[in-house]
Amino acid sequence: MPVTPKMVGARIKRREDPRLITGRATYVDDIRLPGMLHLSLVRSMYAHARLGAIDATAARAIGGVVAVFTAADLKGQTGPVPCVAEIPGMKLPHHPILAEGKVRHVGEPIAAVVATSRYVARDAADLVEVEYDPLDAVVDPERAVEAGGAVIHEEFGDNVAFHTEAPSPEADRAFREADRVVKLRIVQQRLIPMAMEPRATVAQWASGDRQLTVWSSTQIPHLYRTQLAEALHLPENRVRVIAPEVGGGFGAKLNVYREEILVPWLAMKLGKPVKWTQSRREDFAATTHGRGQVDYVEAAVKQDGTVTAIRAKVFVDLGAYFQFFTPMISGFSTMLMHGCYRVPALSSEQFGAFTNKMATDAYRGAGRPEAAFMAERLMDEVARELGMDPVAVRRKNFIPKDAFPYATPAGLTFDSGDYEKALDKALEIVGYDELRKEQQELRKQGRYLGIGVSTYLEICGLGPSVMLPPKLKAGGWESCTVRIEPSGAVTVLTGISPHGQGQETSFAQIVADSLGVGMDEVLVVHGDTATVQSGVGTFGSRGTALGGSALRMSLEKIKSKMKTIASHMMEAPPDALDVGEGKVFLKSDPSKGLTLAQVIDAAYNFKAGIPNIEPGLDATSFYEPTNCLYPFGTHIAVFEVDPETGRIQWRRYVAVDDCGNVINPMLVEGQVHGGIAQGLAQALYEGVVYDENGQLVTGTLMDYAVPRAHMIPHLELDSTVTPTPVNPLGVKGVGEAGTIGSTPAVVNAMLDALAPLGVKSIDMPLWPEKVWRAIQEAKRS
Amino acid sequence: MNKAIEITVNGQKQAYDVEPRLLLVHFLRDVLGLTGTHVGCETSICGACTVLIDGRAVKSCTVLTVQANGAEVTTIEGLEKDGELHPLQVGFWEEHGLQCGYCTPGMILAAHDLLRQKPDPTEDEIRHGLEGNLCRCTGYQHIVKAVQHAAERMRAGSR
Repeated sequence: MPVTPKMVGARIKRREDPRLITGRATYVDDIRLPGMLHLSLVRSMYAHARLGAIDATAARAIGGVVAVFTAADLKGQTGPVPCVAEIPGMKLPHHPILAEGKVRHVGEPIAAVVATSRYVARDAADLVEVEYDPLDAVVDPERAVEAGGAVIHEEFGDNVAFHTEAPSPEADRAFREADRVVKLRIVQQRLIPMAMEPRATVAQWASGDRQLTVWSSTQIPHLYRTQLAEALHLPENRVRVIAPEVGGGFGAKLNVYREEILVPWLAMKLGKPVKWTQSRREDFAATTHGRGQVDYVEAAVKQDGTVTAIRAKVFVDLGAYFQFFTPMISGFSTMLMHGCYRVPALSSEQFGAFTNKMATDAYRGAGRPEAAFMAERLMDEVARELGMDPVAVRRKNFIPKDAFPYATPAGLTFDSGDYEKALDKALEIVGYDELRKEQQELRKQGRYLGIGVSTYLEICGLGPSVMLPPKLKAGGWESCTVRIEPSGAVTVLTGISPHGQGQETSFAQIVADSLGVGMDEVLVVHGDTATVQSGVGTFGSRGTALGGSALRMSLEKIKSKMKTIASHMMEAPPDALDVGEGKVFLKSDPSKGLTLAQVIDAAYNFKAGIPNIEPGLDATSFYEPTNCLYPFGTHIAVFEVDPETGRIQWRRYVAVDDCGNVINPMLVEGQVHGGIAQGLAQALYEGVVYDENGQLVTGTLMDYAVPRAHMIPHLELDSTVTPTPVNPLGVKGVGEAGTIGSTPAVVNAMLDALAPLGVKSIDMPLWPEKVWRAIQEAKRS
Repeated sequence: MNKAIEITVNGQKQAYDVEPRLLLVHFLRDVLGLTGTHVGCETSICGACTVLIDGRAVKSCTVLTVQANGAEVTTIEGLEKDGELHPLQVGFWEEHGLQCGYCTPGMILAAHDLLRQKPDPTEDEIRHGLEGNLCRCTGYQHIVKAVQHAAERMRAGSR
């Protein structure tokens, strides 16, 4: 029998691309409906103020203005903006659709202006007069939790959103018995996710059918539908959410925003379709930010470099209101702050602080970049204090490859890993020993070469459903339907909602290999709640691991039914049959069998009346994972620092990542490249700046340095493959690994370069000016 | 108030009366329905709205439609010829030069202008040549390869 080439594992170019490279894809703002109105929002110019009168007389007087609404008009009409996360003892602030009585961050929406065109809506919004009585702004999370000063939510009495403790007597003992205690203060600056497509929502209410259709730029159409139906008091089956082409998300569209409730409400209220498209300035001020922590972290260390305990005190800059997951993001940081190292005891304390800023929430990595940064910076600091090589300290502390499944002190179970293998490969590629020698030579010439290593680990593909909060009304599962159409075409309905990851291709590869059909016969459908069974979405590097596993389950069910049908037709027991290469065949004699077309015809034509079998050929599966997944790898950054300017000159960037089995290496490379770029961006360029009045200084792309092509070095990628036993595909996840691994590699390289000058710490981003200042300061002291 | 303009877009003459303040990108998207040109910012930084005006890459979010009066505008929809993809489109597809696709039309048209000026650019020249266009997904490396892929084919004579 001829063997078709295996698709899984091959570099198959994407089936998404033809529409995208020709300008024929449909993003939300591309949608135009008859009679469609446009929304523009009046947003707060102040970080913290009491609201006085809102006068929309002049705005209403403009031709084309249909309506202006404020919080008073919405009272009792909708539920609040949902937060599904729950932390013990947490204070949950009321999160209205439009500001009620007070504004608590720059960009908070105050009034909704609806007009017949986007230009008129914007003109009219500018004419709405708002009276403000400004209050002191709370901007620093460490000071926010101290007593005294302005209180953002008066009903709570202070700005402490939560205070949690995870003490450990074992850790206390380890610190008492330690030869040394290594301490770091880490500022995880706020970042702006900045998907290229700003958020946008279009809604249409069919009053006759009582059917609401919403197109929104979201990563979670199904979860959004559940929350929206509740907020608008509609039966969930009267709400259809479509995530059409989505231009990037990075966690910022793993959310349900004020506008995503307001726009559908307006469409119902006004009886006309309504569109809202965010400007970039609005995106910066009113889409969730990432990171935002100050971490005080300490390691108890033995003289030989063994780390016996880690403890951390974390201040979390939550912002003024809670978005979908806001208060639970930082939990991942302390849970995984030991990284891939065998550290027997952890203790931590977290203060969640309300601040007069936009909420923080998931951003590529969501808590794990912070964790990896703690672990990887600590390892380097231990090495520096003990005069050891940072690689040697890591080897000393690695969880060995024969220790899996490995139970962590935080109660997790690492699935599989071989950290030394990825490290060895990266060291070999970069030529580590020679580089260290060269570094010594260059130092003699007054030149500063930095070599930064990061042997990161992360958690993804969350996870058993118990790991997700009950208010989510969904779990860690994912769904998939495989439908073999009567013609033999294969339709895959997946519950994930890809927005650039490429599963229209990688899932077709899985189908092609499983059934032995051509990829062109497979169509992968996603992002429409009316078409696709309940699903969860795309975030946390879960798409392929969970959605792909659900696909695999459905394919197995389809194959099983095919065998039963063929068994009846061939008069052979189902166990004696197999499916592949487009056939159902006898295992003992593969030349004997039926084509899939014959079996499909029997399933739908059904004239043969197969006993105990329903007609048709489709299967739906919900895959519930038994554990999370733990990808890992080694990143090495090498650059020279010019002490006169603080600038860096890149030499090498080597990344060896292990995400388990790979479906399409080209897509994995793309994910790693993009992830690294975002991690380097945190280390070197990006940082949200709110001034002391809570004004967003980095309010546009003119002030916030998203890296351009020449700001990212050429990346050298390689991989190791340690499959996970958790799912049937053996895949882990790779969407966030690059971001998680890269940031500490760069900072470690910088501090390695400047070690002879006595520089011990520079807060990110490592702007040349800050590097230069750190050098001057070290010289003085 | 409105002003009469005549612009050739992707080879077709378009005559309209437009508001003087109408941005070219909104003329293309909202009046002509050519939604392949995207809006990513309003400060001329991101480049998602890049089109060709008389062969030069221009950010259409900061050009008034009236300023383009009499010009020839090419958008992403105009690159395909006789059902055949432009080598840049092929390059981006072959080398996985896009993920979410939002920056892609602008990126391709910026690269079009770059290759007009430098048919055989180095990696460094490509990276600097595209510095007016942001991409948040790819980390740019596959975009560089895509442009190299196209440059090679274009030098070999396919357009």
